[in-house]
Amino acid sequence: MITILIALVKRDLKLAARRPVEVLTTLFFFAMVGALFPLAVGADKELLRRMAPAILWVGALLSAMLSMNRLFVADFMDGTLEQLLLSPCPPSLLIAAKVLSHWLVAGLPLVLLAPIISIQFGLAPEALPRITLSLVLGTWAFSLLGAIGAALTLGLRGGGLLIAALVLPLYLPALIFGAAAANAANAFDATPHLQLLASLVAACLALSPWATSAALKLSLD
Amino acid sequence: MDLTAPQTKPASLHRDRTDHPAHARGWRAYAAPSRAYALAGKLARLFQLSALLFGVLGLYVGLVLAPTDHQQGEAYRIIFIHVPAAWLSMVIYVVMAGWAIIGWVLNTRLSSMMARALAPTGALYTALALWTGALWGRPTWGAWWVWDARLTSELILLFLYIGFMALQAATDDPRRGDKAGAMLALVGVINVPIIYFSVTWWNTLHQGASISFKAAPTMATPMLLGLLLCTLGLWSHAAATALTRLRRIVLEREAGAQWLQQLPEVRT
Repeated sequence: MITILIALVKRDLKLAARRPVEVLTTLFFFAMVGALFPLAVGADKELLRRMAPAILWVGALLSAMLSMNRLFVADFMDGTLEQLLLSPCPPSLLIAAKVLSHWLVAGLPLVLLAPIISIQFGLAPEALPRITLSLVLGTWAFSLLGAIGAALTLGLRGGGLLIAALVLPLYLPALIFGAAAANAANAFDATPHLQLLASLVAACLALSPWATSAALKLSLD
Repeated sequence: MDLTAPQTKPASLHRDRTDHPAHARGWRAYAAPSRAYALAGKLARLFQLSALLFGVLGLYVGLVLAPTDHQQGEAYRIIFIHVPAAWLSMVIYVVMAGWAIIGWVLNTRLSSMMARALAPTGALYTALALWTGALWGRPTWGAWWVWDARLTSELILLFLYIGFMALQAATDDPRRGDKAGAMLALVGVINVPIIYFSVTWWNTLHQGASISFKAAPTMATPMLLGLLLCTLGLWSHAAATALTRLRRIVLEREAGAQWLQQLPEVRT
């Protein structure tokens, strides 16, 4: 069963490596959002420093959401998804593998880019680990919750916009806890928010693959 | 489990007792769209009357009999719309999700239609609660809108309603739309408490509840009476609109059924 999981992740990573533009578009979008704020707000260094964690979090949320509708579409179009769900392997495990590879392709690059953007905004180096950690957990929550929306909107008209209407309200708790952790004055203040965020991720990890597989079965009927 | 039997003439229209489907007795017989259509018509008329009655009475008690508040002056009187609308916006979401999930689990078409019929009413009351809240906030807080926990979670509730309706509108196959909507409503129901508490810990200005089952209410009796009457009025209105919309949805979805072709309002 674990071998199936690894094989599926390897396959998705290979597919992503063959089409690097998709990964780079998400990253470019994230970097662009980071660059838009100083242009709109002005070059007030103090204001930008205070807004930086919020900008990073909103940027990561929007980028994660944009990449979400690609999670199942390619496999749905060429029939792979149907074959995967017909296999004897439990569907929730397959979906967990899909979400893991999606996070490696779309979430991890955001987390790696975030410290660079933080430095652009003049954040203190001590804040970087806590912001990065909050974004690691946050992108996990985004990928897991987004998978439900991606499965529900699979093959529908206006899928990309519809997914935003469905998953944005669900992303809010992650945004609140994550941005609070990123905004906290020191590591001690950030801990409770990070713990709440981690418990949210744990709940999503348990429930989301199951809900996503139920939604996928509806879409494939 | 399909109790619908579209060939059966509804007893209420033809006064023929032998037309009852033998396998569905009691209240479960109303899972058939034909029966529910007739029942919803009767109930809707009843609720329209009670909405009018309680609404007029409640507004009279609230706007004329209730005393002026010593802190907020006359501005507080919007409570008679604001509080019932806010209650309804939350209750309808839970009821809607309940019907959607019943429709998904038991595969009864009518339950899903009921969920569809409730969604716009719920969205309406959520919008109404937000709007009256803004009107109330301006004279008392000095701002139309503040980013407070209750306001924010009510706004998110509106987004959840809109997502539910958008998902169903985007799905061409009605049965798939029903099930997808149920799935979303289920996720929403699990998420509403999480969203509520996350937002509450985040920021709070809105006053706490004045009425609870545990303690005596902290308001004058005529105010309380007006509030209860208005609540009954708005609940009746919500039920009347939802049932009327249910009838429209039944007409739309069951358009090919024989019992429907024989209805007097369809024939003409």
